[in-house]
Amino acid sequence: MNLLTVKDLVIDIGQSRPIDGISFAIAAGECFALLGESGCGKSMTALALMRLLPPNAAVSQGSIEFAAKENQALDLLSLPEQKMRQIRGGGIGMIFQEPATSLNPVMRIGQQIGEALALHGQRQRQAARAIELLTQVGIPDPVRRLDEYPFQLSGGMKQRVMIAMALAGRPQLLIADEPTTALDVTIQAQVLDVLDRLRREQGMAVLLISHDLGVVARMADRVGVMYAGQLVETAPRAAFFERPTHPYAVRLFAALPDPSRRGSQLATIPGSVPPANTRYTGCRFAARCSDAMPVCRTAMPAWRGVENAAANSFANEPPNAAANQAAEKVRSMHAVRCFLECAPQAAAPVEAGKIEVESASPGVAIQGNALPLLAVTGLKVHFPIRRGVLQRTVGHVRAVDGVSFTLHAGRTLALVGESGCGKTTAGKAILQLVPPTGGQVNLRGQSLAGLSAREMRPLRAQMQMIFQDPFASLNPRMRVGEIIAEGMRALAVGTGEVGAAAGKRSSGKNPSTQATPYAARVAMLLERVGLHAGMADRYPHEFSGGQRQRIAIARALAVNPALLVCDEPTSALDVSVQAQILNLLAQLQREHQLAFLFITHNIAVVDYLAHEVAVMYLGQIVEQGTTDEVLRNPQHPYTKALLAAVLPVHGLIRPREPLSGEMPSAANPPSGCHFHPRCPLADAGCRSQAPLDVVISATHRVRCLKIQP
Amino acid sequence: MNLLPFQIVVLWSDALLFALLAAVFLLALWARRQAPLRASWARVAANKAAMVSVTILMAFLLIGVLDSLHYRARLDAAPGQAAAGKAIYAVEVTSLLDALLAPLREHPEKTYSAPLATHLFAKEPLPGTEMRDFPRLAWGGAHLFATGQAAEDALAAHHVKDVLQRGVLGAAGGLLFWLLALFIVQRANIAWRRKSAQKVGSGDTAPDSNQAVFLPKAVVPTPNPPARNAVSLTLLALCVLAGVAIGLGTGYHVLGTDKVGQDVLYLSLKSIRTGLLIGTLTTLVMLPVAVVLGILAGFLGGWVDDLIQYLYTTLNSIPGVLLIAAAVLMMQVLIDTHPEWFTTAAERADARLLALCLILGMTSWTGLARLLRGETLKLRELEFVQAARAFGVGRLAIMQRHILPNLMHIVLIALVMDFSGLVLAEAVLSYVGVGVDPSTISFGTMINAARMELARDPMVWWSLASAFSFMFILVLAANLFTDAVRDAFDPRAMS
Repeated sequence: MNLLTVKDLVIDIGQSRPIDGISFAIAAGECFALLGESGCGKSMTALALMRLLPPNAAVSQGSIEFAAKENQALDLLSLPEQKMRQIRGGGIGMIFQEPATSLNPVMRIGQQIGEALALHGQRQRQAARAIELLTQVGIPDPVRRLDEYPFQLSGGMKQRVMIAMALAGRPQLLIADEPTTALDVTIQAQVLDVLDRLRREQGMAVLLISHDLGVVARMADRVGVMYAGQLVETAPRAAFFERPTHPYAVRLFAALPDPSRRGSQLATIPGSVPPANTRYTGCRFAARCSDAMPVCRTAMPAWRGVENAAANSFANEPPNAAANQAAEKVRSMHAVRCFLECAPQAAAPVEAGKIEVESASPGVAIQGNALPLLAVTGLKVHFPIRRGVLQRTVGHVRAVDGVSFTLHAGRTLALVGESGCGKTTAGKAILQLVPPTGGQVNLRGQSLAGLSAREMRPLRAQMQMIFQDPFASLNPRMRVGEIIAEGMRALAVGTGEVGAAAGKRSSGKNPSTQATPYAARVAMLLERVGLHAGMADRYPHEFSGGQRQRIAIARALAVNPALLVCDEPTSALDVSVQAQILNLLAQLQREHQLAFLFITHNIAVVDYLAHEVAVMYLGQIVEQGTTDEVLRNPQHPYTKALLAAVLPVHGLIRPREPLSGEMPSAANPPSGCHFHPRCPLADAGCRSQAPLDVVISATHRVRCLKIQP
Repeated sequence: MNLLPFQIVVLWSDALLFALLAAVFLLALWARRQAPLRASWARVAANKAAMVSVTILMAFLLIGVLDSLHYRARLDAAPGQAAAGKAIYAVEVTSLLDALLAPLREHPEKTYSAPLATHLFAKEPLPGTEMRDFPRLAWGGAHLFATGQAAEDALAAHHVKDVLQRGVLGAAGGLLFWLLALFIVQRANIAWRRKSAQKVGSGDTAPDSNQAVFLPKAVVPTPNPPARNAVSLTLLALCVLAGVAIGLGTGYHVLGTDKVGQDVLYLSLKSIRTGLLIGTLTTLVMLPVAVVLGILAGFLGGWVDDLIQYLYTTLNSIPGVLLIAAAVLMMQVLIDTHPEWFTTAAERADARLLALCLILGMTSWTGLARLLRGETLKLRELEFVQAARAFGVGRLAIMQRHILPNLMHIVLIALVMDFSGLVLAEAVLSYVGVGVDPSTISFGTMINAARMELARDPMVWWSLASAFSFMFILVLAANLFTDAVRDAFDPRAMS
């Protein structure tokens, strides 16, 4: 007996059809993961289950059956609203992506949980039950937390409170919509552990919605891959991760950055997810599929089973013991919606892109005593905390507190750390967008400290920045041509040299940018980053996230910089688009000997792209060295914990001890070693004595008292 | 020696209004040559509601412009003075609108009379008798008595028939005029198309530019047919309304008369200019102050922000009406003590109107400035501003290129909100007695005069109702138009 059965669900919004015939079933106690990129309809499916669709969306076909009690299936779509309200929270609980906006900021934690309890008929002993729930989700000191407001809690804590609220009605099914996407890896590991433990303890089924293959690998029993409003592949976890079969799934795996792909190109999926109002005649993925056959474009592929060795090993694993053997077999079958007889190999594009690994990293060898492009010594950025009527300074937030590193031309230094560790501020301080409080930034041997805006201007062309959010980094009121030309205009570069070929190609088509002296170079840059020259006259809103990021890259390249500070340039993008951008960046580095300061929290990207890594914690670099040294042979306990928190996509899940606690505030850092409250090795010495750099090799340095050189 | 039978008078507000129109016209010519701007305006032109609003606004503007062409009529010289060769002009400054509306202006009644009435609203002792009755109007329906010599009891039926007859005739006249105008425009359109087709040869760019002739705004390149139909239907409605008004207005007071017997329709039409002037000129004073100070405060921060914030909190903490009253009274004293500055009463009234605009502008910028400061604070931290800073783009250029365009939607909304608010503020101030000059006709003075009469039984409703309707249509049209403009210029809303 399945807890939830969705059959041929179709949702229409006006003329478009974001969900088109989805069927799946979830057994009691099972974790089913919907996997897919943004815009494929995952969240819409979840909202349909709760009957919380936006008013303009309507379920036009299909059924949703929920077995609230044994042998009594309710049709959720025809249930009166009164009954449905009991199902919401009582039968099906839901947690959302953004913990910061899911809690009411003006209600105490206890009141919010109490409200959920009262709604589900638990009016007695509310406080005791709330404390019990908070304990279940692993919140320390729950009695005190009941009287606190959401702003007093960190992001991970808020998500735990959300889970506690969802559990208040003792639901049989929990819908988790990207529950950890907004959280740091170490916190993500903690929250996933809580979810997994609760699921096993309470026999609760989970519908997990995620775009993150690692999260799915960690949590799911079964996986459903969604693409453009349809499920294209369903399989038990082990079978799926061992042998993804649908071309889309195969390419998603191939697009993941991975150390084994260093120096070669990542496989990408051309194009992007089609908009919801697209009309299809054949397979939805055909337009982006390199293995598409003529039949793919004319007929819709039917479901077919996949011969799978892994299915056997999996058969005795699922916890439920349903009587119906046949149904169980069908349910756990690995099925795919594709005409191809055998799974395509994504290897082809990878091989094609395997451009001489040796020559791909010419910058790796540092020429002896060459002057570094960028040398940062003891960089400090302190923000004053002002209080009171007279705005007196009562303290400082030590966002960056003594950071030193060097970066040579053609190389990539990755600055890694959890959010709030000061890595973005460090990047901005290097570009002098934030005035540094202390320390030295030398660009080609020239100090940037104390330069006036006028003196700074020629140096600005040397270093540029690519921002995290491609939607906020382009002025919506300017055309793409103007955006790219802005830097050239401000720094008076690019007028002399004219890409003749590109200029000719774009001539006559766009008269408004043609009039400017920059038009030819704008056209060349657009083609350089893989867009068309004719796009210069469009506005940013006409582009997808990945295309916008390309425009941002073109804007930075326009002034011929030697150093690019990339602030999480791919964290807002889907996996397949991330691969496109990473490929572009790697290619640009090879061709222009660019140096990248790559600010990220994504260890996989670092492992794929970076030559050197610096790990930041609370404003300080705790470990730095080459990528191999830091990622293969981590010394600092924080680096080890950070690496352990990364969820592997392939292979077995290692049993590991997640890092406890959260990063303290930079306004009031712990004494001694900043990491000691979370460190498993910490002792009295760590609490009182600030560690100094310990040199392990010529390139590898660690800041820890427990490590002997 | 002046050959014209009148002397042109250009009041300050006239000059400003025409300067504003010229600026809009030049801007429109410039915008025509910018492809993206033309595309945005084309989207406005395709919007039915917007084009209907434009048509109505144009009608209001036409009345305002007619009322802004001032002159002093030459008086017939007394026989003895003709030889002196010196023309003598009337003391009174009249406008072209006054001349057109002469029948309305020159036939006052004694006091209140209802719309289309033949008798006064209040009973009076009839001359020569002891009876009190409703006396006949001096002008409204006077022709009924003149021609038919009808008995008082047969008058009612005769009156209704006459009104219907005049109304239908007027409507037919309006319809005819509309058809004629449409025909002329069509012919001109075809001729133009033929001419430009010859000129261009291929003619593929022709439809882009020629249809602007059809529409009142020169910036509009290609309105699509529904919008064109909507415009012509609106014009039809306006023509028919005007026809009816003319048909009835030659024999009656269409919207009645006010306390001193002035025609309410005339007063309403005259109020339009005052409303337009207060709405636009005040906004012109207030807008630059609000935009510049708001952006400076938000973007620069620090002591500049503190200073500007103190300035507007201080201004805001003084009760608005008090501040305006004080300023207006000071201005009034200044005007009264310098009679030599003004040659006519109209000039003095005009100076007072301008002073009111200035004072309203200086006190009403705070709200918009505060709004813009907050929005700038948000925009300043956005990444595209950071990117511009990373290029070393100057602060002035960032404010101009990155901040200001992203604030324009707020400015546009505030503009219209303030336009309506200012027309209303004028009414309030006129009530307190510190508004426009008592001799200036405005919605405010009309409402103020009609205010107490609502308490009468039976009610005198027509003054207030007509002031309200005219104001309502003006403000609604402006609102709808701005809405469409904002949508058309917001790149995020494009699809």
